[in-house]
Amino acid sequence: MTLLPAPGAASGEPGTESAPPRVELRGVSKRFGPTAALSDVSMDLRAGEIHALVGENGAGKSTLVKILAGVHVPDAGTILLDGTPTQITDPMSARAHRVAVVHQEPRLFPDLSVAENVFLASPPRGRLGAISWREMRRAAAALFAQLDVRLDVSAPVRGLSMADQQLIEIAKALSMDARVLILDEPTASLSAHEVERLFTIVRRTRDSGVAILFVSHRLDEVFALSDRATVFRDGRHVITAVTRDLTPSDLIRHMVGRAVTLFPKGQAAIGDVLLEVRGLTRAGEFRDVSFTVRAGEILGLSGLVGAGRTEIARVLFGIAQPTAGEICLDGRPVHFATPSTALGAGIAYVPEDRHQDGLIMDFSIADNVTLPILPRLFPRLFVRRSTERTLARSYTDQLRVRTTGVDQLVQALSGGNQQKVVIAKWLATRPRVLILDEPTRGVDIGAKVEVHRIMSDLAASGLGIILISSELPEILAMSDRILVLHEGRVTAEIARGDATEERIMFAATGQVEPPDAPLPTGLAFAQIASPPASSEASDVR
Amino acid sequence: MTGLPGFATDSGATDPGATPGGGAQPVGERRSALQRIPALLRWESLLLLILALLVVEGARLSKFFLTGSNFSNLVSAEMEVAIVALPMTLIIITGEIDLSVESMIGLSGAILGWLWSVGIPLQVGIPVVLVVGALGGLLNGLLVARVGVPSLVVTLGTLALFRGLANVVLGPNAISDFPPGFTAFGFDNIPGTPVPWTLIVFAVLGVVFWLVAHGTWIGRQVFAVGKNKDAARYAGIRVGRLKTALFLVSGLIAAFAGVILTARFSSARSDNGTGLTLVVVTIVLLGGVDINGGKGTIPGVIIAVFTLSVLQSSLRLAGVSSEYQAVAVGLLLIGSVTAPYLARQTRLLADRARRGRPPPAGSIAPGEVVG
Repeated sequence: MTLLPAPGAASGEPGTESAPPRVELRGVSKRFGPTAALSDVSMDLRAGEIHALVGENGAGKSTLVKILAGVHVPDAGTILLDGTPTQITDPMSARAHRVAVVHQEPRLFPDLSVAENVFLASPPRGRLGAISWREMRRAAAALFAQLDVRLDVSAPVRGLSMADQQLIEIAKALSMDARVLILDEPTASLSAHEVERLFTIVRRTRDSGVAILFVSHRLDEVFALSDRATVFRDGRHVITAVTRDLTPSDLIRHMVGRAVTLFPKGQAAIGDVLLEVRGLTRAGEFRDVSFTVRAGEILGLSGLVGAGRTEIARVLFGIAQPTAGEICLDGRPVHFATPSTALGAGIAYVPEDRHQDGLIMDFSIADNVTLPILPRLFPRLFVRRSTERTLARSYTDQLRVRTTGVDQLVQALSGGNQQKVVIAKWLATRPRVLILDEPTRGVDIGAKVEVHRIMSDLAASGLGIILISSELPEILAMSDRILVLHEGRVTAEIARGDATEERIMFAATGQVEPPDAPLPTGLAFAQIASPPASSEASDVR
Repeated sequence: MTGLPGFATDSGATDPGATPGGGAQPVGERRSALQRIPALLRWESLLLLILALLVVEGARLSKFFLTGSNFSNLVSAEMEVAIVALPMTLIIITGEIDLSVESMIGLSGAILGWLWSVGIPLQVGIPVVLVVGALGGLLNGLLVARVGVPSLVVTLGTLALFRGLANVVLGPNAISDFPPGFTAFGFDNIPGTPVPWTLIVFAVLGVVFWLVAHGTWIGRQVFAVGKNKDAARYAGIRVGRLKTALFLVSGLIAAFAGVILTARFSSARSDNGTGLTLVVVTIVLLGGVDINGGKGTIPGVIIAVFTLSVLQSSLRLAGVSSEYQAVAVGLLLIGSVTAPYLARQTRLLADRARRGRPPPAGSIAPGEVVG
């Protein structure tokens, strides 16, 4: 038990002191390959409390949810339910232990009725084991009455609002008499009014004695709803405290400060505006986004998952179409109907998911590198292997890809080297604007530093770079300017010299005011290990 | 070591198990590019071996088997499906399929016969049916690439549509008063040789498709789309345009096959070509093309053309009735589709046996178990 007791944490606010906690985690760890998603996490969840779980992207919140839901099995540690050590081996056993999860996106069957969805797993039986439809409708109606929700239980789910579908998920959880209810970002697609209704129902559910874990990116909701809050960072438990003893600044300070090795951006001459975006909107994804990217500049796009960063990149690369706004390249308005037009205009996009979108895994390095430029490289249709190899080799040498040769299949490379091949592939198109979406996710430290070096070199050579990253230290170290998004809107544009993790996190969580009290200086950069020959990341250009 | 992207994030969309290639990487490390080429060749050499065995067996069964006339008979009987198999190979490599080819063969012959019967010369009629074929293929392509309907459904629809149109054009009639020069093209040999004219057509088209598939960037794009269409799209490949073009070529070649079939039968009937799609697909899959797309070679398919025709000829010579020959084709189709799966499963089992026991949880993505 490594709970950091915050003042008041032991005041026995919710739940009963004598009874063991509803859920207790002791030293739970989970690794995926080289990365520790959760390290030695201990926390508890009491009956009759709403317990908020917050943290940056990658802090381990989802992994914890998935462990409780039986999707992942922890590598180490114990889970106790009402004091009994319990193995949750799969989603069925989570159900059997009456642990219910309401996901961000409701997972219902649109063509079945509300009542059928609620009782899908265990419909009420009548004589001869046949499903008793009348009993099912009656029980469903009773459940919704208990929640004080009016809903036609015979109507199909298709056509119901997202909010109603969330409520059906909650009713489903209640129908199985859940002891533990996990709400994973339930408010992401709800309006303010719907959020209020949801909260009323969640509170009512808590008062009936259910232990509720509430995962959210929205700090105001954490404060409005939760009794206690736990912060995760880098897969570790940082603090658990009674929510009303905390301030938003406290929470943010605990969330940020991840330890990461970096290679900060070097000096580069900032040139003319290459790309300008005005009022760019894609309905349902992002609204009224405006920014510029200059030659030699790295623009960081920061924000929490779902803030709309990748969606903006997809529009800039012609994969998706904007519903409003304009994109100008060199001052001229452009329209990209397909990625091939965007490529032709000099925009390249290193996608977030390199396995799915970036590479053809059983093509060789050379075949992958030349894929976007084949028609340009060989206007007479016939491919010359020697030309391809030479070209690919020049990029793999420049980017220091560790390989046995350019004929090697990319699936045989490590993650970091695969990422370098993706970058090589886009550099070979000779872009003027390069968009990098989470370029160092899942790569080892050495490769990460090299990717940062490559970015610096590219900016110095006059490219305009847009960097999308969920790692605040990376954004801080590499960006000349930082654009922060919150739920599809730009909430801050911060110059390099003014940027701190706290400022970014405030904007990213939708907090309007920056922290009042001056923050301890140096906190943001204290953990950036500068490699030799690099200056402090905080130097102002 | 290699990293799985996305697992340590809070993004629900990037489930580690769903990361393709992530869990499969240990397999990739063992099999380098050099080791793969023989694996590809193995399928083709196996086919060649089967072909050789069938020829020996055929020769043992009948003294007529190894004669020039038998060769030209068995080859010319197969040439329509052989040329249609070439574009079908590329379509299946992109992950699509064209089931409508047999009806286009019938429609093309029906239109040609009708035009001839109303006095329009073949010099005009043949170009007209080729245009009809290209348009029919274009229709398939646009429905697949632009509208986004699965090709299995689209071409099942046009399979019925084209056959229906053939019936509308010709009804129950058969047109058979074609000029001798035309029908000779269908079944005559090059004078002084046992080589049918239609084999020359197949040879020329075979070389063209071989070069396009394995020598040009168009072929590279075809394979890229079949292996990973998202990555292909992100690489600026116009996936829709490529597929539309392939369906157009498929329709064009099927129409041409309809002309050849009409010449060979000396008869245009609306039911010409019925059942040939099955044979075409069997040849392509027997040639080692993966029904899931991304893998296959034109040489493999060319060998499969001859393997199938020699098999059918041997069965005929052995006195096997045509009903049982159809059974053999069906078994062959099932065999060539399941063989790669069986091979993969055997390999997985062998890998597991070599490791002794499954690796510790977490080092393997859940997705791998399926693969």
